[in-house]
Amino acid sequence: MFQILAKEFNSFLNSLIAYVVIGVFLTAIGLLMWVFPETSVLEYGYADMDTLFSMGPYVLIFLVPAITMRSFAEEKKAGTLELLLTKPVSDWQVILGKFSASFLLVLFALVPTILYYFTIYRLGDPVGNVDTPGIMGSYIGLALLGGVFCAVGILSSSLTANQIVSFILGAFLCFLVFAGFDSMAAMTAAGDTALWLRQLGIAYHYQSLSRGLIDSRDLLYFFSIIFFMLSIAKLIVGSRQW
Amino acid sequence: MSLQIKNLTKVYGPQQALKGVSFELRAGEIVGFLGPNGAGKSTTMKIATCFIPPTAGTVTVGGHDVVDDPMGVKRITGYLPEHNPLYLDLFVHEYLRFAGKLYGLAGKQLTRRVSEMVAVCGLTLEQNKRIEALSRGYRQRVGLAQALLHDPQVLILDEPTSGLDPNQLVEVRKLIKDISRQKTVIFSTHIMQEVEALCDRVIVINKGQIVADDTLSNLLRKTSGGQILVIEFEREIAIENLAIIPGVLGVQHEGQGTYRLRASPTTDIRPALFRMAADKHLALVGLRQEESSLESVFHDLTGAAPVEH
Repeated sequence: MFQILAKEFNSFLNSLIAYVVIGVFLTAIGLLMWVFPETSVLEYGYADMDTLFSMGPYVLIFLVPAITMRSFAEEKKAGTLELLLTKPVSDWQVILGKFSASFLLVLFALVPTILYYFTIYRLGDPVGNVDTPGIMGSYIGLALLGGVFCAVGILSSSLTANQIVSFILGAFLCFLVFAGFDSMAAMTAAGDTALWLRQLGIAYHYQSLSRGLIDSRDLLYFFSIIFFMLSIAKLIVGSRQW
Repeated sequence: MSLQIKNLTKVYGPQQALKGVSFELRAGEIVGFLGPNGAGKSTTMKIATCFIPPTAGTVTVGGHDVVDDPMGVKRITGYLPEHNPLYLDLFVHEYLRFAGKLYGLAGKQLTRRVSEMVAVCGLTLEQNKRIEALSRGYRQRVGLAQALLHDPQVLILDEPTSGLDPNQLVEVRKLIKDISRQKTVIFSTHIMQEVEALCDRVIVINKGQIVADDTLSNLLRKTSGGQILVIEFEREIAIENLAIIPGVLGVQHEGQGTYRLRASPTTDIRPALFRMAADKHLALVGLRQEESSLESVFHDLTGAAPVEH
C-alpha cells in the first residue's frame, strides 16, 4: 500500500496538480478570510476562524474531486489498472494507497492555514482571546471531512473511465453527503425522522466537532463513512466491469 | 506443469468468450497463442493473470490456483498486457523501481534487479528518460523489463510485438527468444512469422475454443497435405523429368527454369532431384522449401465454422 501511496503522491508533485490544488485552496480561503468584506474576519470584528470552517467545505467540494478524479478513471482509460491489479497487491491496497495519497494532499493544503490561527491569536483583544479548543475541534472536523470527500472522490473515480464524469459526480456526491441530508431534514416534518436524517449528513457531526468537544461518536461517524465509501469502491473495482 | 488450464469458460453478459478451453504448458516451453481478433486470447491471459475471474473451470500457475491463491499466482507471473499500458509520466528507472517494489523487492536487491533488467532489455541509454518520450519499441522493452523484474517462472505476453516497425520487431523478438531460455513463455499474436520465428509449439484458438495444439512442424504437415519445393534450373527442362521422381505429386511450371513441386510429406525428394540434375548435366540454381505457410494453416483452422459442442 505504501508503494502506491508514494507513487501517487509523487505524481501529484510531479504534475501541477499538487501546486494548483494547494495554491487555489489557500488563495480562495485567504480571500474569503481576509479580503472579501462579506466574510472577512477583519470586518467581522470577532477573533474567530468561522469563515475558514464554514467556507472551507465548499471549497473542498470542488477541489477534492479534482484531486481524486484521475485516480481510477485515468488508469482505466490508459489500461494501467490492469497492470497494477496483476501485480501482487490486493484491490484494497490499491484503493487505500490512492485514498491516502489524496488525503495527504488535502492535509498538506490545510496545514498552512494554521498560520491564520496565530494571526487571529495576535489580533484578539486581549491577545489570545480565541476559542482554541473549538478551533482544534474544527480542524479535526475539517480534516475528516476532507477524508470523506477523498473517499467519495475515489468512489466516483472507480465508477467511470472518464475524468470529467468522475469530477462532476464526485462534486455532486460530496455536496450531497455534506449538505444534502440537512436540506432533506428541513423538508420533512420536524421530529425523529428529521433528526435521523440530519445525523446521516456530515454537517451535523462537523458542527458538533467544531464546538471543541471531540466526541467519539462523531469520529466513528466519519471513519464509518470513509470505510463505507471505500468499500463500495472496492466492490466496483473488484467487479472488473468498466 | 507451469500453467494448467482446464475447461476454462468465461461469459461476458450474453456473450460466451471462452467455451471450455484446456491446455497445459510445461516448464521452459515457449508457446505461441494464435487466433483471430476476438477469439479469446486476451481473455484467457487476463484470467491466468488474475485480472478477471473465470466463470467456470480452473487455472493454476505453478501450482497456485487463480481463484484461491491469486497472490501466489501474481508473484510468479510476469505479464505484459495488450497495448502495453505504462505510466507515461514516470521515468523509466522510477517506473521499474515502482514495479519492483510492488513485487516486494527492496534495497540492494531492487537496485540490482532494475539495473540487470535495464541491461537485458537494452534500455541503458533510455533509463533516465520519461516513458512518454520513448518510441514504441523502447516502451515495449520497458513493458518487458517490468514483467521480468521479479524473475517470474511464467511469462504471459499479450501481443508483445504489435505496432512495432520491422527493426523493432526483430529486436523485441530476439529479446523474447533470449528470455525464453529460462522461463515458460506464452505469447499471443496474430502474426504468423512471429510464431515461426519464436516457438516450438502453437495453440490456436478460435471463437473461444482450442482448434489446434501441436508443434509447429506437425501442424504444418497435418494441414498442408504435403510439402512444397521451388526448384530452379539454369534452363528449361521437360516437366516429365520431374514428375517421374518418386514422391512428387505435382509439378507446376513457374517460368524461366523454375518449377514448383508438390511432394508427399513422408519422402524427402531433394536427393533424387540432385541426382536427376547431375545425370542431365543441369546446373541447379536454386532449391527452396516452401512449407505451406502457417498463414494458410491459420486460415484453415479459423476460417471455417468451429465444431460446435
